[in-house]
Amino acid sequence: MCRLLVAGLLLWSLAAAAEIPLAERRSGAAMMGPDLRAMQEDDSANPAGLWLLDGAALWSRRLGEAGQSCADCHGDVTTSMAGVAARYPVVDLAGGPPMDLEQRINLCRTTRQQAPALALESRDLLALTGLVARQSRGLAIAIDDGPAAQPFIAAGRALFLRRQGQLNLSCAQCHDDNWGRHLGGAVIPQGHPTGYPLYRLEWQGLGSLQRRLRNCMTGMRAEPYAYGSAEAVLLELYLRWRARGMPMDAPAVRP
Amino acid sequence: MARALINVPPTAKPGAIIEIKTLISHPMESGYRVGLNGQIIPRDIITTFVCTYNGEEIFRAELSPAIAANPFLSFFTRATVSGTIAFRWTGDNGFSVSESAEIVVE
Amino acid sequence: MTQDLSRRRFLIAGIASVAMVRPAGATPEAMREAIHKLVGTAVVRPGRVKLVVPPLVENGNTVSVSVSVDSPMTAADHVTAIHLFNEKNPQPYVIGVALGPRAGRAALSTRIKLADTQTVIAIARMSDGSLWSDSADVIVTIAACVEDVH
Repeated sequence: MCRLLVAGLLLWSLAAAAEIPLAERRSGAAMMGPDLRAMQEDDSANPAGLWLLDGAALWSRRLGEAGQSCADCHGDVTTSMAGVAARYPVVDLAGGPPMDLEQRINLCRTTRQQAPALALESRDLLALTGLVARQSRGLAIAIDDGPAAQPFIAAGRALFLRRQGQLNLSCAQCHDDNWGRHLGGAVIPQGHPTGYPLYRLEWQGLGSLQRRLRNCMTGMRAEPYAYGSAEAVLLELYLRWRARGMPMDAPAVRP
Repeated sequence: MARALINVPPTAKPGAIIEIKTLISHPMESGYRVGLNGQIIPRDIITTFVCTYNGEEIFRAELSPAIAANPFLSFFTRATVSGTIAFRWTGDNGFSVSESAEIVVE
Repeated sequence: MTQDLSRRRFLIAGIASVAMVRPAGATPEAMREAIHKLVGTAVVRPGRVKLVVPPLVENGNTVSVSVSVDSPMTAADHVTAIHLFNEKNPQPYVIGVALGPRAGRAALSTRIKLADTQTVIAIARMSDGSLWSDSADVIVTIAACVEDVH
């Protein structure tokens, strides 16, 4: 049924993608029912809290050749990590490719703790990312879009506009042109990543923005970007820039 | 790793009705889903939840496969005296997790 | 063109087969039977119970449900149990809780799975043996872009 609707959607929406004006942006949370918003906002009811407990334990666990914990360098996560996740992905000032929060945590592990990197999308990495992201809740997304970042944001936008998959759809056709309409039984959101990693009811667990992008691409019948691939991080960077200034609500709850 | 998130007010007035909220990590695999190999994924659920207040049972729940993953339960009790509110979840495959929280009633 | 059409048919067939994977659900009759098993021939009256379920559910994997019962919760007059049933999940029984006057307030919140649009029923048993109920109709919508079926 969903695929038929997608095909129908294609027929009546061939207009060129226009960016959503900043003032008209709405987060996925604003489109949820009151029960899910309440679940997200109550720390003792938000199921992502189970991952935050794991994250807090990992934060103070000494490991690796260096025998150091996150806390040994960074101290109290609530102060040292306040606002950090709001800035990710970041672009290396030396002109290197953008790095997302998961990659940054793994860089810390491999270089500072001298421990093996955590597998992308593993429970431990999601727990740590969730813990760090929680410290930016309520803060505005602040992606550096200076000269070094511009080419990468533009590359991410090109991916957002690129038609792909058997349905020959781009991200923009749903999330710029047709947000607020229905696809299957669900309302198409604008696609602002304010709350990742988030607890998606569909997953019955915490997952990253990249996992969500892969679900979108499966829906488009396209080959999903591999976790941690250059494309995935570029698209992540563009989406986060597109949501600049919007408040973080990580770890969020979404349907 | 099974973790539980418990919310009990740390203090209460004698006789006050308090809300207790609990969340626990568990897949609540229903036993009705089909895996990649075409076989039914075996049932793996929490079947029983018991809450005691200084050893006295105050709330019990029998859960079915229709309870969502990472079960959430919230209920009420009357704060009587200071002490321990204990929680125990048991289920399939020998699942058993206990947690407790202290409450000061004055 | 014909190729396109056949591909479309294939896609539709694929979706249909996914839908078929879902097990046969319970039925309103199965729910009545399950309720009968619990209460026997006793009369279940509507009233005193308030069941709150969102009327439109965005994902049936996790649906917030609250049940509260109008009761003084005294030693002489209190709720002893609350049961929740559904029509169309594989099993009609959802959860049963035991409580007593000690609770102060007869209320429960949890999260359940709902396989489809259906009616949910809550039944409370009072200390005098009387049974009261409330029901709610829930529409379950289906998410659009999800992971590969597995």
